Amino acid sequence: MAKLTIEDLRKIKEKVHAETSLRDGAWRVKVTVHMGTCGIVSGAREVMSALIQEIEEAGVTDVMVTTSGCMGLCSREPLVTVEAMEQEPIKYEYMNANKMRQVFKRHILQGEVQTPFVLAKGAEIIK
Amino acid sequence: MVNEICVHIMDIVANSLTAEAKNICIFITRDNKKNFLSMKIVDDGKGMSEEMAKKVVDPFFSTKTGKKTGLGVPLLKGTAEHCGGNFYLKSKVRKGTEIYSSFVLNHPDLPLLGNIKETILVSVISNPEVDFKFHYTINGNRFILDTKEIKAQLGDVPINHPEIIKFLRIYLDENL
Repeated sequence: MAKLTIEDLRKIKEKVHAETSLRDGAWRVKVTVHMGTCGIVSGAREVMSALIQEIEEAGVTDVMVTTSGCMGLCSREPLVTVEAMEQEPIKYEYMNANKMRQVFKRHILQGEVQTPFVLAKGAEIIK
Repeated sequence: MVNEICVHIMDIVANSLTAEAKNICIFITRDNKKNFLSMKIVDDGKGMSEEMAKKVVDPFFSTKTGKKTGLGVPLLKGTAEHCGGNFYLKSKVRKGTEIYSSFVLNHPDLPLLGNIKETILVSVISNPEVDFKFHYTINGNRFILDTKEIKAQLGDVPINHPEIIKFLRIYLDENL
């Protein structure tokens, strides 16, 4: 097979258009991987990478992935916050690629909070 | 010291994102003959004053309130200087920041380069609103990935759409 080029994106774009209707900013779940120095050094990239791979394999378009900095709990990194629409955000601690896959399949897709990995519930309050 | 050069890249990129950069250029150059590895990250974020640019290389300085350490930049500077290379940081308020570091390629303490493909993919997908330009040069062979070019082809399809992630993964695998 010939190598992919940037021009091939046009075909993919047409395919995406034909298969789905794109909704602007309609995210069902927002996932934040905390990527401060502490997070990155303790493996946040592998966690993010696993998450992106899961999204790619599941083909879901309503999960938004984003990053943020250190939130001051460096010893519990990698931290991941999962925020489903109209629900309190859940913070997971000591994440790794496998835990991330589990959280994706169970919590993000099916709505079951993975209690053993949870650090806290609720929004971040900085005093 | 961190175990991968890529970790430093992610870390400096995270700083650029905090500085509200909209365009981030990453240059990685490896030359086996010259025994040389360099990385440069240029952003158009809010930049720093001269005074602050001097302070960020201090591990006990952080811009965040309530945090007493800021290790990202000092760790990179430490690695570069320890591995026989150079480090500089140039910054201008409202213009952006440029961070350069170089290393002696066969220095025994040089960390592994790490997974450059994952680093690119993770940065691009998790920050769809930011434009990245990667220049990756190995022994004179250059590979460029420009998200502006990609977005121009995509139109209204977001760059973090599963089909596009799939494309980028294969594209990076084939070219790097």
